[in-house]
Amino acid sequence: MIEIKNLNAWFGENHVLKDVSLKVPANGSFGLVGESGSGKSTVLRTMTGLVEDWEGNIVVGGQELGHKRNKDFYRQVQMVFQDPFGSLHPRHTIDRILSEPVAVHKLGNSDARVIKVLEQVGLDNSFRFRYPHQLSGGQRQRVSIARALILEPRVLLLDEPTSALDVSIQAEVLNLLSALRRDLGLTYIMVSHDLAVVAHVCDDIAIMNHGRIVERATASQLAQGSLEHPYSQQLYKAAGGYDRAVIDSFVDWD
Amino acid sequence: MQTVTNQNSGGLRQWLTSNTPQSRFQARCGRTWLAWTKLTENRLAMIGLGIVVALILITILAPVISPYNPIAADLTKRILPPSAAHWFGTDQLGRDILSRLIYGAQYTLMVVGLVAITAAPVGLLIGTIAGYFGGWVDAVLMRITDIFLAFPKLILALAFVSALGPGLENAVFAIALTAWPPYARIARAETITVRRSDYIDAARLQGVSSRGLILGHIMPMCISSVVVRVTLDMAGMILIAAGLGFLGLGAQPPMPEWGAMVSEGRQFLLQQWWVSTVPGLAIFVVSLGFNLLGDGLRDVLDPRGGD
Repeated sequence: MIEIKNLNAWFGENHVLKDVSLKVPANGSFGLVGESGSGKSTVLRTMTGLVEDWEGNIVVGGQELGHKRNKDFYRQVQMVFQDPFGSLHPRHTIDRILSEPVAVHKLGNSDARVIKVLEQVGLDNSFRFRYPHQLSGGQRQRVSIARALILEPRVLLLDEPTSALDVSIQAEVLNLLSALRRDLGLTYIMVSHDLAVVAHVCDDIAIMNHGRIVERATASQLAQGSLEHPYSQQLYKAAGGYDRAVIDSFVDWD
Repeated sequence: MQTVTNQNSGGLRQWLTSNTPQSRFQARCGRTWLAWTKLTENRLAMIGLGIVVALILITILAPVISPYNPIAADLTKRILPPSAAHWFGTDQLGRDILSRLIYGAQYTLMVVGLVAITAAPVGLLIGTIAGYFGGWVDAVLMRITDIFLAFPKLILALAFVSALGPGLENAVFAIALTAWPPYARIARAETITVRRSDYIDAARLQGVSSRGLILGHIMPMCISSVVVRVTLDMAGMILIAAGLGFLGLGAQPPMPEWGAMVSEGRQFLLQQWWVSTVPGLAIFVVSLGFNLLGDGLRDVLDPRGGD
């Protein structure tokens, strides 16, 4: 479904992605793991066209992407942002947020679509005319997911969808995402710094550091901790919780 | 009786403050209601609003409430001091100053209204376009704005009016031409702070066009700052209009425009003070009213203030 080959990207002078390649089968779920600044979100932002300075091949659904994305691309690929407080327009009601893409793509039948997608993400109709500031973080993230789903895309790009939520809500949202993938046959690329989250949702995993993929693994390998690259092991140890001896042993891999 | 009204207002209030509005209309009403209650808590803002509403009412009701004809001269009653028959006295042509004030309100309102509905949207549009696109579009639009900002307002307005000929319409046009640059600046600054935010990116990923983004997503975030600034500027516009009137470049006699009235009375200022002072006070009160209202609106509408 998705194939990325030798993707390089730059922010001005900074070379932020170095020869990133990955492959996700249809209905697959791919996890990108790494610390802050490792370039994992940039992979998603480059795919969606938010990063303009890039080179390489990105193929989605059999079509190679150019530097301009068209409307058809956005019907196929949608993204869920990390911060549920920043990704919903503060002056738009949930209804407006959800019905605008329907109007832009002239899909019609907006009321029915909004009601259906709210139901899919587990929000009842009483939320429909609220403003984002009247919702909790978990509810807002459900709205973000609903917004991504309303165009009925094939691919969802998830940029740390649960990192801004507290632990109990995280589980709810992750279960929702897993259920949606199963029911709607979606393909995911999920970015996270949380190994447990990725192991829960994804089948295949790539570990990124300084803009490079340093290791690929499967979910079971990750769960067992049988990672080979020293940076991956370091990340795995770090995920175990704070330990002074472990932190002191860390080095900066480049 | 008391309980009935209470219940009624309780029902309406519940409808307005409901956390689960049932329609777009209710959601919008609820939001407006919230802003309104916040504004009513501010006493000074309410005084300002009262003055502005009074100005509007006076304009509408002028033919009904004014005791005399504002332009009919009666030379037997020249410069009479304030009395029961003429509350604010009469001017050098024997015209009742109160009636002239009442009829003059419409010119003040017209200046303020026309400038606001022409200058503010132009400034908003130029600012958001410059801020959104950046690069050379931004450079060109903002340098034009800078050029207009560099002129002193009154002087530029004077130049326009003397080129176009004196008259209230031309004065309004001149003021509008000099009033938009600050709005463009504000709108651009607001646009730059929101254009990289996630919700704009999200809308872009939904296929919303640049036009849709600017009009539907960015402008709503800029409008409140601009509205506040316009309200605060209204006092200045009234003063410029009055100044042009005073210099004889705005409203032409016998139009009872307040600035022109101040000007006509200045030759009698020492002996017959009321001829100039009363319209001067009217300008002062209305300007103050707009300023107070603007301050109150800033507290209510500031996007960083609440939610």
